Amino acid sequence: MAEPPVADSPHIVIENLCFRRGRKVIFDDLSMRIPRGQVTTVMGPSGSGKTTLLRLIGGQLRPDNGRIWVDGQEVARLSTRRLYALRKRMGMLFQSGALLTDLSVFENVAFPLREHTNLPEDVLQTLVLLKLEAVGLRAARDLDPASLSGGMARRVALARAIALDPDLIMYDEPFTGLDPITMGQIVSLIRRTNQSLGLTSVLVSHDVAEAMAISDQVVLIAGGQVVDAGAPDELKARASDWSAQFLQGRPDGPVPFHYPGASYRDDLLGQRRDD
Amino acid sequence: MIDAITGLGRSALNALEVFGRAFVFLLRVLASLDVVLRRFGLTLFQIYSVGVRSLLIIVVSGLFVGMVLGYQGYITLVNFGAAEALGGVVALSLVRELGPVVTALLFAGRAGSALTAELGLMKTTEQLSAMEMMAVNPYRRIFAPRFVAGFLSMPLLAAIFSAVGVMGGYLVGVGLLGVDSGAYFSQMQAVTDWNEDVLSGVIKSIVFGFVVTWIAVFQGFNAQPTSEGISRATTQTVVVSSLAVLGLDFILTGLMFGAG
Repeated sequence: MAEPPVADSPHIVIENLCFRRGRKVIFDDLSMRIPRGQVTTVMGPSGSGKTTLLRLIGGQLRPDNGRIWVDGQEVARLSTRRLYALRKRMGMLFQSGALLTDLSVFENVAFPLREHTNLPEDVLQTLVLLKLEAVGLRAARDLDPASLSGGMARRVALARAIALDPDLIMYDEPFTGLDPITMGQIVSLIRRTNQSLGLTSVLVSHDVAEAMAISDQVVLIAGGQVVDAGAPDELKARASDWSAQFLQGRPDGPVPFHYPGASYRDDLLGQRRDD
Repeated sequence: MIDAITGLGRSALNALEVFGRAFVFLLRVLASLDVVLRRFGLTLFQIYSVGVRSLLIIVVSGLFVGMVLGYQGYITLVNFGAAEALGGVVALSLVRELGPVVTALLFAGRAGSALTAELGLMKTTEQLSAMEMMAVNPYRRIFAPRFVAGFLSMPLLAAIFSAVGVMGGYLVGVGLLGVDSGAYFSQMQAVTDWNEDVLSGVIKSIVFGFVVTWIAVFQGFNAQPTSEGISRATTQTVVVSSLAVLGLDFILTGLMFGAG
């Protein structure tokens, strides 16, 4: 049993993580370390459990086996109260933004502050405007979430995620479905947020170019395990067959194009079904 | 044959599992009820959207049900020369049965389906997840206020339904068919017993409010996070709560009036 990490060690430590959904094995003995104060991107094919990993780190799911420490605390063993205390120091950006649709942009960003603090209204207002200014949407404060574009919704969600000044922020597929300009804005926001607030950023993505450009460390996962990990340049240089296929986006290779099953020939010429 | 038996067993197990989850869900909601007192504003807002917004359909339905009761009651009673008893007939039918039951059915259709759809959509768009990640407990912030709002609104709506229904019966019976106004109300007072009739109706409406809101909120919580899942959950809310209301009405009526 490994000892729980202390303050200057990695922010997140995952050891021998196993997780199943029904019969499907999502993670099989996965271990990784996420260093403090850096941008780490977890990449992998669709369905490799990247989002699940974030939910495990956030304590929304419990591992079947293995341990996850965040800031020295083992997530799955925390009481609800301590888990919530830990989550106040974690921000999470959902792919859809997950803004509360019955509240305005301003109230969405104010939501965690109203729930967890007793700030006077004028202080709260200043804080929310500061956060909205940081994502460039101060003037959009009165809009309804339904009238925002995908990129704007994600920026509001980012402002909300940093409202309580967390020291860890997790991004679930932040680049998916954005036009090039918005993509650029999000990329620079993630980088800037990381530098100016000195927080640890964990991204989950399969957008290779953006993720490689932005990260200090990249972890590739597939088949429930870590396939490769390291700084982006390092990874490009020594990539295995699998990593090369993934990073260069080749349609066929170690990861087959076809979903595994009976052979084509058998399916076409095969026996009639018994029943 | 074997397939049919396994299928039957599987669906029985599934039903049992859903029931178990609904029960655990209810316990969690009940455990979060202190939030209702601490932040009554949240509940008040829900009472508005669940209760006040159902008023129109309740009032209109109550009026028409009362009017039809007055008409049908008159036609039957006048044959026996007992048209003066109309007030009692209308009031008893409304207070004992039609008030709680029809209100509950309308409430399931109007407020229950809206609750399920809203919560299902919140789940689908990850709003509930996001709330959890912001260290805000959705049971306290979302489910408990809605549950209490439904639970409180339903008996009030049933009372309004019955009151408006009595007025509807009056309109038709006294206004159109010429029953004596004084007789209408004095018969009503003479026949309707507080404990036996009014209170039993109130108890029914409280039970129905509890069950319909429970089903609606749980269906939203339990919905598959897809558009098809939400539509199925909404339908389920209306179907299951209607059946539950009718079944429970039979049982409650048996319990309350069976011995007498």
